[in-house]
This record gives sequence, structure tokens and C-alpha cells, in this order.
Amino acid sequence: MELFKYTAHQLHEKLVSKEVSAVELTKSVLARVDAVEKDVQSYITQTRESALKQAEAVDAKIGQGQTISTLAGIPGALKDNMCTQGTKTTCASKILANFVPPYNATVVEKLMAEDTVVIGKANMDEFAMGGSTENSGFFPSRNPWDLATVPGGSSGGSAAAVAAGEAIWALGSDTGGSIRQPAAYCGLVGMKPTYGRVSRYGLVAYASSLDQIGPITRDVTDCAHVLNVICGHDAKDSTSINTGVPDYTKSLVNDIKGLKIGLPREYFASGMDPEVERAINKAIEQLVSLGAEYKEISMPHTEYALSAYYMIAPAEASSNLARYDGVSFGQRVEGTDIVDMYKKTRSAFLGAEVKRRIMLGTYALSAGYHDAYYVKALQVRTLVKKDFDKAFHDVDVIITPTAPTTAFKLGEKTNDPLAMYLQDVCTIPVNLAGVPAVSIPCGFAGGMPIGLQIIAKPLGEETLIRTAYTFEQNNDYHKGFAPLLEVK
Amino acid sequence: MDYEIVIGLEIHTELKTHSKIFCGCSTKFGSEQNTNVCPVCLGLPGVLPVINEKVVEFAVRVGLALNCEILPFSKFDRKNYYYPDLPKNFQTSQYDLPIAVNGHLDIEVNGEKKRIGITRVHMEEDAGKLVHSGATITSSDSALVDYNRTGVPLLEIVSEPDMSSAEEARAYLEKVKAILEYLDVSDCKMEEGSLRCDANISLRPRGTTTLGTKAEMKNLNSFRSVQRGIEYEAMRQEEVLEEGGRVVQETRTWDEAKGISLSMRSKEQANDYRYLPEPDLVPIIVDPATVEEIRLNLPELPDARKQRLMDGYGLSEYDAAVITTSKAMADYFDQSVGCNADAKTVANWLMGEVSKHLNNEGISILECPVAPKQLADLIALIEKGTISNKIAKAVFEDMWTSRKDAEVIVKEKGLVQISDSSEVIGIVDAVIAANPQSVADFNAGKDKAIGFLVGQIMKQTKGRANPDMVNSLLRERLQG
Repeated sequence: MELFKYTAHQLHEKLVSKEVSAVELTKSVLARVDAVEKDVQSYITQTRESALKQAEAVDAKIGQGQTISTLAGIPGALKDNMCTQGTKTTCASKILANFVPPYNATVVEKLMAEDTVVIGKANMDEFAMGGSTENSGFFPSRNPWDLATVPGGSSGGSAAAVAAGEAIWALGSDTGGSIRQPAAYCGLVGMKPTYGRVSRYGLVAYASSLDQIGPITRDVTDCAHVLNVICGHDAKDSTSINTGVPDYTKSLVNDIKGLKIGLPREYFASGMDPEVERAINKAIEQLVSLGAEYKEISMPHTEYALSAYYMIAPAEASSNLARYDGVSFGQRVEGTDIVDMYKKTRSAFLGAEVKRRIMLGTYALSAGYHDAYYVKALQVRTLVKKDFDKAFHDVDVIITPTAPTTAFKLGEKTNDPLAMYLQDVCTIPVNLAGVPAVSIPCGFAGGMPIGLQIIAKPLGEETLIRTAYTFEQNNDYHKGFAPLLEVK
Repeated sequence: MDYEIVIGLEIHTELKTHSKIFCGCSTKFGSEQNTNVCPVCLGLPGVLPVINEKVVEFAVRVGLALNCEILPFSKFDRKNYYYPDLPKNFQTSQYDLPIAVNGHLDIEVNGEKKRIGITRVHMEEDAGKLVHSGATITSSDSALVDYNRTGVPLLEIVSEPDMSSAEEARAYLEKVKAILEYLDVSDCKMEEGSLRCDANISLRPRGTTTLGTKAEMKNLNSFRSVQRGIEYEAMRQEEVLEEGGRVVQETRTWDEAKGISLSMRSKEQANDYRYLPEPDLVPIIVDPATVEEIRLNLPELPDARKQRLMDGYGLSEYDAAVITTSKAMADYFDQSVGCNADAKTVANWLMGEVSKHLNNEGISILECPVAPKQLADLIALIEKGTISNKIAKAVFEDMWTSRKDAEVIVKEKGLVQISDSSEVIGIVDAVIAANPQSVADFNAGKDKAIGFLVGQIMKQTKGRANPDMVNSLLRERLQG
């Protein structure tokens, strides 16, 4: 039985009914890792021993007749920017190649409390900067649907692992689309919750005001289960929202009658792959046939969102990444004095894209440019947010493509950062506004998955789950398993 | 030309909260290196700060005591610069919306009162401490970092450039220190770095209003340094101007041992701090009701206490000022007076014997071996006539070292004053008989001669005779 192909909730049933043991399940996934990891390269670090120990503990509980939680014993992957006590956390950066955190991220604590099994730390674009994992300081991951293409990014390792059966579920982080875009490219469900819904404590910061952790899963039901575990207020994160967390599985309802959908015309602009556009339009027609209404809306500041993002995110990054200086942790290159040491260390161990964004951000915050760039970008951010506020007066959800195209070939955009940035044009405004959004599979173009993005107002995760679930239950897109094609 | 000195002070004070500003680590001074640390204050990847609410409360308290307006909406910002004692390479501070603004403080120098404006009070985190391998920075080939101090809460109090002499700057600093002590928010120990002061100094022709180019003076680690440093810098700038030169905007460091200031960096070398709002903290909203509650619960401040000492006990303004400059001294005063001692006598003892002994040993009144009640009891013995003032000083000396109560010492050493005339009349007669010359002088109208005779009698009674009684007995005998 290819256990690695099932969803978490299906496997939970198998564990509870004792059809399979957690150890068997973990071993099945580890065997799959052995078989495909050399092609997919999802993981920076594998935690096989602790995974088996976690699985044994779950089997012991089942043996004693204890109730287990839905994710107990289900193998997953963590993006390598979430701190794991005693296990390397590198952010796919050479500068943190040797960094072993002395503490766990809050989400890791929560997952441990649920007895989940962690297979390893997933590859990513260095410090979550990028959309393909080609910016990983170690190696690129590949898309299991076509190994010649990228899995997306920055949570590309997480998405590739789930799509390839190297994990049943994964956590990613999303600053400008880094969960949704790889989920779209890999035919998975990826949700960026409302900013503040999931604690960022222990998530290595890229752009603090935009970063948010979320699940990457094979279906919407698993997405709801993972959300149930990771959401909630955390006293260690001042920006986490202090309101109760609903049971998201209660929103797994196949009914969207009366749902009002907004279609922002600015998101259906030029540059979109016609096949992607066709799939999105077909999905909307289907949602309407299922009882939803739609209207075209305008979000006039959308075109400025990308520019604002590439001021705000690098500005925060330039400050967040200043601590990688070789002084008290991480890698160091000795120098003639402290400044020389700083320069040599950062020159040697930070990648090109990270350096590009640090320079961009440093420039945007510099005296004389601060108001023209950084402050202006913050103003644009407010306008973008107002676009969303206004739209949600009239509609329940906003639907757009997740990305303008399907997964692109490795190396295709590495020399053209702007083309790479444009892949995030539909996802970035969501982060600027802090609202939640999910990407779900809605078809294929040339055999590659297409993602549909559903956006809701702040704390509208339940609406997202309900809408996504209804669409999913009336389609089969999520049931196809990545063929793991050979490199063409 | 006649120049006016223009001085503004930036005072940094460590708040004495139990835990650090953004994590739960202890703020204890003098702990073993790198023991009061955690992932948050070490700035490890992934950590987030959480504001210590006590810090905000202390900041509001200080703001109110300095007559500031408390901003209902304030926020933290990141001040970005690279330095190895700063683990994140940015300091979380407050930039454009500090917790308190537009305050003032009244000082007095040589009998003249002056109001000094306070621009702002803001909260920030302290940095760690570099420990150099060699004797000096320049002779060291490496340094170690102690992060215990990293994240200790600081308040920065920025004055307007309203001071025009080193004395005024010193008086202002002393007043701020007194207020911080009265508020019980800081230890204010300059030698331990819990109170630090930078001075912005410039000169302008007297009578003009445009500010001259300033130099920022750092490393002023004592009241003495503040005064000397400013005096030196003013003199240096005057020389530059007199020689037709121009003062350069720069940061200078004060060398107390050499008594000179040295240039650290020029304006061109200054950091561009690239401030940005701290995205990991939410804005600080202080509601007006909380501010009012804190205002109502403010303790008595130095000015009010000084007035109370003048009005309630009839102390002179000078005495009241001296006693209230230090909260500990004023507390000692109140406790002593609370034990039924005469206020003026307590004041005299505090400013006399007690201060003398404290200064000799270089200790604070908090470490005074004679407790307030013990001093009150000593004064009671004088008032009851049990011992004389002179004996009391000797008893105080004994109390200081033995820590015994005055009464015990008086009893053990048999120092009880002799007030029974029958016990000394024999000695009086003997002294009269033995000193005919003095007696003759007295009879000839030299009243002073009696002093010598009193002294002889006191000597023979080992100081125990009541001097007033001796005096009147002598007069009786000589004039009778």
C-alpha cells in the first residue's frame, strides 16, 4: 500500500482503526524519500530518527487505547525557517548552515503537542526570498509534476515534499505568496492565514509585517486540520491576534449558495497565460452553478502593490538580516577588524538575491530617500488595504489566479529578477493587506497544475475553507498524484 | 568676544524593573557574564520582543514627574547600526512618537531659578558590554561580549538646549537624578552605568539667538565629569572661535584622567540609523484613565518635599534643599523625626556629623551604620540633659563603629552628664583655688576668663559635667 499517497485525515482513520501503525506509515514515507529525494530534493535536513520515535510514541498511545489527535503520527515537513530545538535551522542560507536553535518555534511546540511526526526541514529560497527555490544557498528543489520545472517558492521544498509523497502535509511561510504560489505550481492546497492568526515566534523573519505561517496540504480537509493546530494567540508574539480559534473542520461544508464573489479586473490583466485564465473562468462558472453570485470589482491600487512590496519587504529584511554578522552565531570569516569580519562574512555566506534585497531595503530607508521610497510605499500599502476593505463591503470572497502562469523551467527566470517578481503579482497585495487567502488546484495547463486564489476579509478563514471545500468536492483536481516525470 | 554657552543634555537611565524590556531575563547587575540571557535578548533568529508593561508604567511615571505630556499613541522603532554589543545590529527604541514630550524642570543655581525644557522621554533597550582582551581598546586584539545588559530597559531623557553653564547642567542632572530616585524607578548609579549623560555643547555670541555648531560629548561618567567636561569643551570651542576657526559638528569623548576631550567621529562619519517602525511590536496605547491613575499615585517629589520640610519643620530653604536632594537622606530625616526627634537638630546632625562620616567612608546614607531611630535616641539624650553635645559627638563616633545604641554606650562608659551640683561643687572650689590669676581677671571684668575655668572643671569631670550648671555654679561662687 502506498501510504504516502493518502491525505492526513484518511491516514488518521487507518491509524485509529489499526489498519496501519504510525511506524509503518512513517517508514512508508521515509522509503518514498529514499526513492525520490535525489530527484526532488525537498529536504535540507531529514529527521528520520526522531520521526520514528515520534511514530512509536503514537503507536504506544493507540495501543493503550488513548484517543489521538488527527495529525498524530502523520508525517509532515517544516520549512527550514521555523526553529527546531536541537535540529539545524538554516533558512537555506550558508550563513546559518551550522545554526542549531536552542528553542522551538511556537508552531513546532503546537505540532509536538499533537504528536505529529516531522520528517525533516524543507528547502526554500534563502531567507524566503524568491519564488522558485532556486535561491536556496544549497540546491534547488524540483517540481514533482515535471522535474525540469521549479516547485515555486519560497516554500518550494515544503510543496515539493507533499506533492512527491515525501510528506503528507507541510508548513510553509508566506510573505508575498510563498505558500500559495508553490501550492499552485504543485497542485496542492496552500493557505496564508490572516496576519496574526498564527504565531510568528520562532519563524526566522524575512519581512516581519508580512510574514505568516500556513499549511500546504493535499486537500482542503487537511488544510482545516492543520489550521486547527497552528492558529491561535501567542503571548510571545505581540502581533498575534487575541481572539478565539474556531474549529475549521466545521466549515468543511459543501454549500456556497448565496456566496458573493468579487472578480477584480486588475488581476485579470495582461501577462496571464490564456490557459490559466480559461481555467479560472471555468472555475468561476462552476462556483456560480453551485449557487454563488459574482460581480466584477475594481481594486485600483493593485498595480502599485508589487512596487510597494519591493520597498517594504526589503526595508524590513535589511534590518531583520543585520544580525547575521558572524559575531555570536552562524558562520564567520575572520577579518582584520570587526568591520572587515562583518563584510567578509556577509559577502561569503549570503546569496545574490538576499544581498540584492538588503541593498534595496537599505537604500529605501536611507536618509534622503526614506520619505520618497519607504514612507511612500507605506502609504501605498494603506491604499491597497483600503481597496480590500471596500471590496469586502460588497463581496464575501475575491477570486483571482494564484499565479499568472504554471510552474516555469529551472533557470528560466534566474537572470531576470523582475520576471520572477511578477509571478507574485496576484499574491502580494494579500500580504500587504494582511487578509487570508488560499490557493487550490483548479485545472491543468500542459499537464501542470493551475492554482485558484480565494481571498477573504480578515479572520475569514472559515469562508475560505467552505468555498474551497465546495469547489474541491465538485472536482477531481486534488485527486491526481504528481507523476514524477523524468527530466525532459 | 563674549560667548554664551548653550547646553542640552541627553540622560540615559536604566530602569530597575525585575526583568528586561522585551524578555523575562533578570536585570540584576553584576551577575556572572552571559547568564542573564535568553534567545530573545541574544537576538537569535526567529525571536520576537514582548514589551514589559512595567517599563511603560515607569516611563509614564517619569514623564509625568518631568511635567511632560503623555502621548496616547506611541510606538517603537528600530535604530539600525552595526556594533558587536548589539546582537540584532539594531536597537529597539522610539523615534518619532516617544511616550512623553514637552516637559520641563525647574533648577536653582546660586539662588537663581531657571526652567529647563524637556523635549522628550523615550523607552529603549540597553546594549551589551564589550570586554577587551588587553588593558585598553587600542592595545586589545580581541573583545568578548557580555550580553547580560542587553535588553535592560532604558529611558532617554532629552532636554532642550536651555542650560548656559556647567553648573546649570550639573544642577539639572542632579535634579533629574533626584526625581528618578524619588520615583523609585532607577538606581541612578553613575559608576555602574545606570545613569549616563551625554552633553550637546555649542557657543554663540551673547545676545544672539541662533544656535552655534554643537559638539556631542560622551563618556561623562560622574557629576564631576559633567561639569569639567562641559567647562573644558566650552573653553576649547571658544579658543577655536577666537582663532577665527569654525567648530566642527562631531562626537567627542571626555577623558576624565587627562581632563581633555577627544574627537570620536565627525558628522560625515555619523551613522545613518535608517529608522523604521518596529514591526514586531504593536503601538503603545496609554489610555488617559491609566495616566491619571499613575499621576494620582506619584510619590512626593523633591520640590514638594523641600517645601514640606520648610513649612512643616521650619527648616531653612538651604537645609531643606540639601536634605531633599537625596531621597535616601530625606527618608532618613523623616524616619528620625518620626521618632520624636527635633527636626532642626536632626537636620544639623545629618548635614554635619552624619554627612562627614559618610563622605569619609565614601558610602551612601543607605549604608549608614547608625539607624534613623538610633540618631533620634541620641538626640533625645542630649535634650534630656543626659549627655552634652560634645559627649554626643563622641557617642556618635562609637555608634558608627560599634553599632550600639547611644544609651548603651553612655551607660557602659559612664558618660551620663553630671547635673547634680553637689557632685561638682568640690571640683569648682578646687579649680577656683588653683587658678587665682583667672579669678582675678574675671573679677577685673574679663568675662572670658570664666571660659578657662569652665574648661578646667570639664577636664576634671572628663566632660561629663553639665556645662550650663558649671557656668552658673562658678558665677555664683565668684560673684557671691
